[in-house]
Amino acid sequence: MTTAPQPRRWWRAALAVPPVAFLLVFFVWPVAAILLKGLRPDGAWDLSALGDVLTDPVIRRVAWFTLWQAVLSTALCVVAGLPGAALFARFRFAGKRFLWAALLVPFVLPTVVVGVALLGVIGPNGVSGVDLSGTLWAVLVAHVFFNYAVVVRTVGGAWSTVDPRLEEAARTLGASPWRAFREVTWPLLRPAVAAASSIVFLFTFTSFGVVLVVGGVRQRTLEVEIYDQTARFLHLDVAAALALVQLVVVVAALAWFGRTQRRRAVVLDQRPAAEVARRPRGWRERAFVGTNLLFMAALLGVPLAVLVVRSFDAPAGWGTGNYQALDTARRGSTSFVPPVEAITNSLLFALAATVVAVVLGGCAAWAVAGSGREPSPRWARWTDTALMVPLGTSAVTVGFGMFVAFGDPPLELRSSVWLVPLAHAVVAIPFVIRLLVPALRSIDPQLREAAGVLGASPWRVWREVDLPVVSRALAAAAGFAFAVSLGEFGATVFLARPERPTLPVAIYRFLGQPGPLNFGQAMALSVVLMALTVIVIMAIDRLRPIGSAEF
Amino acid sequence: MDPEQTQPADPTGPGQPPGGASLDVEGVSVTFPDASRPALDDVDLRVAAGEVVSLLGPSGCGKTTLLRVVAGLTTVDRGAVRLDGADLTGVPSHRRGVGLMFQDYALFPHRDVGGNVEFGLRMAGMGQKARVDRVAEVLELVGLPGWERRAVGPLSGGERQRVALARALAPSPRLLLLDEPLGALDRSLRDRLVPELGTLFRTLGLSVVHVTHDQTEALAIADRVVVMDHGVVVQDGPPVQVWARPASSLVARILGLPNIVDGPEGTELVRPDAVRVRPAAAGGNATVAALGVEGTGWSVTVVLDEGGRLQAHLPATELTPGDRVDVTVDPAGRRRL
Repeated sequence: MTTAPQPRRWWRAALAVPPVAFLLVFFVWPVAAILLKGLRPDGAWDLSALGDVLTDPVIRRVAWFTLWQAVLSTALCVVAGLPGAALFARFRFAGKRFLWAALLVPFVLPTVVVGVALLGVIGPNGVSGVDLSGTLWAVLVAHVFFNYAVVVRTVGGAWSTVDPRLEEAARTLGASPWRAFREVTWPLLRPAVAAASSIVFLFTFTSFGVVLVVGGVRQRTLEVEIYDQTARFLHLDVAAALALVQLVVVVAALAWFGRTQRRRAVVLDQRPAAEVARRPRGWRERAFVGTNLLFMAALLGVPLAVLVVRSFDAPAGWGTGNYQALDTARRGSTSFVPPVEAITNSLLFALAATVVAVVLGGCAAWAVAGSGREPSPRWARWTDTALMVPLGTSAVTVGFGMFVAFGDPPLELRSSVWLVPLAHAVVAIPFVIRLLVPALRSIDPQLREAAGVLGASPWRVWREVDLPVVSRALAAAAGFAFAVSLGEFGATVFLARPERPTLPVAIYRFLGQPGPLNFGQAMALSVVLMALTVIVIMAIDRLRPIGSAEF
Repeated sequence: MDPEQTQPADPTGPGQPPGGASLDVEGVSVTFPDASRPALDDVDLRVAAGEVVSLLGPSGCGKTTLLRVVAGLTTVDRGAVRLDGADLTGVPSHRRGVGLMFQDYALFPHRDVGGNVEFGLRMAGMGQKARVDRVAEVLELVGLPGWERRAVGPLSGGERQRVALARALAPSPRLLLLDEPLGALDRSLRDRLVPELGTLFRTLGLSVVHVTHDQTEALAIADRVVVMDHGVVVQDGPPVQVWARPASSLVARILGLPNIVDGPEGTELVRPDAVRVRPAAAGGNATVAALGVEGTGWSVTVVLDEGGRLQAHLPATELTPGDRVDVTVDPAGRRRL
């Protein structure tokens, strides 16, 4: 096949400009500012801290642990999430839409809340009866709890576009169910699995709050070390050196993931999901659905139920006391505003962050995905990798960096309400890109050519072909962006103004105060955050371009 | 190019079919969740060893479900499937030795032509060398010699059909199931492939169940025709007999037969060659509505003044649409249904 002429190269490059510029200003500059503050404290380079960090046996142990627990966590998440992905891709069952949205709840809950919820199950006096707190197992369980949705939603979305007849064809040719999965479905799912793995790896590699709560003093990651050095010991030089080490690993991992993903992209016949999913028939399929739902109930349901139960445990006895107290700014509380205002703040910030992330992430995705006929140019691959880096950068570094960088002109944004959603968008853009690029690469180029031959301008081709086909991925991306913003804590805690707290910040403030009412209110706000997440994600899942089939 | 690929097909080569198996489907019923009526309702189907049976019926009549039941992809609520007398209930599809060619082929997009065709051979544990030989042999059989390393993405419909057929044939299934194998192809390609398929099946001695809605395809390929509607078998017999004597007006409609006439004595079928059409300068009892080519002759559709239309087959005609004509029907060509 000859290569079609490429009049579109220039505008694809142009599309990459806004997201790259955005990340230069709102990510690279703040991170550089904080790194320079550490490594060049008085206008002169001082790299002794970097040397110390690289040779310190304690730090090396922490770095090694951070790396292998992240690899192990990622593998566990994929293994745990694949059956769930199959469930959503292949079967229809009661409550499916609700569950698809509810999966994201653990993902958006502030890490401290997740820690508390998990300790209620696998901590001292937990409902499971097993105390895992302070062990590696607790960290792994917490990471699976957190990232299960990433695997299920990313891989499940891709799985629903794989024609089940391919696997059936393999079956009639003598492949056992396992062999048919390995030989046919798995190779077709690999790009989505790689995408999900890269996200999970970055999260678990930079995991902070949850490790702090469930890992105790024995399980320490680089991020915990950075936080301690920054906030507790004020060793900005050591923190900067550690952040640099973290960045190097993240970039290396991203480059590797990027390569595997390009090698494995396959053009698929996209099929509407409704045609593929069906009600389970026979005991095997019912057992599969049942086991999956039980697993989800145990993994996600029990800790969340513990949260809900505790939210009704008010100082005045069982009831809605914790909720009723949410609309008043109590004296003696660290909240300067009624906690309900945190809900409005969070929703507005999340909306703004989602719009920014979907627009900029969308530009980037279309720029780097290529049109399918030709390999992506080198600049596109590097842009793709570079745009993922914020996901793997410590939120503490980003938040503190923005606080430092935007305190003075030319960009004096520290007191602006916009800084919080912009920081959220920085973290959300990589999600949008990761979810859109595989979907875009799987579009048969002939579809675009067909539309072009039928008289559609490039703009119409985009609207009539690209957009409907990736609408499902786009909805998932918007959902993730919104959820990321709702739950973001590490950076927000540096940036949110006292009178405009987000839900996680308000929860954190309550948890930091002694007294049962404060704890109860933290639980109550967490339940509100959970409910908001489910409602918003369900609404976004339903949102699709008019007249398009459900892909 | 690999030297193996240029060798002629060896009829005694590895994996040459041991001959077809007989199939017995007895009283099979399937109801899908949420469906108001069964997809298959007490269906019986017998295929003798080496027999080619065509399944006809409107879409949604259960043809595809029946194939999936035989292949073990859909479980039955009641009934049994036997291959050479052995009950297949509980035997998973990969141990049935039944080949299925899907309606839209379901070629593996991540494997090339050779990778698709050799898939079943790999599953059977055949060695590398034997696989290469067998793939070359089967590709030659379907008229695509030396196509092993081509990607499946850019293939045309006819080429995909051949690759799918080669893939289904390669592991020498005891029974081959074809779901509208030529459905997506253009007329001339079909006309060329139909006799090829018929010859191929007979040469290989395969037992075949072949779903179609095309009369010429069924006539050219099948030893026997089974007509289904709404999940039940409504007629079963040799093709010539089924077309000459449809069991009911329903079957006649499913077969797409012309001239189903509702008269005072019930429904009648009128053979087109029994309709006599003579030009009438004035008067007459019908008007010519349409003309079409039918084989080497003409088909003329007339609208009767008393209501209804008839189709006539004439060796030659000078009529044009709008002409008034006298139409009579040879009583020998009428048949009550």
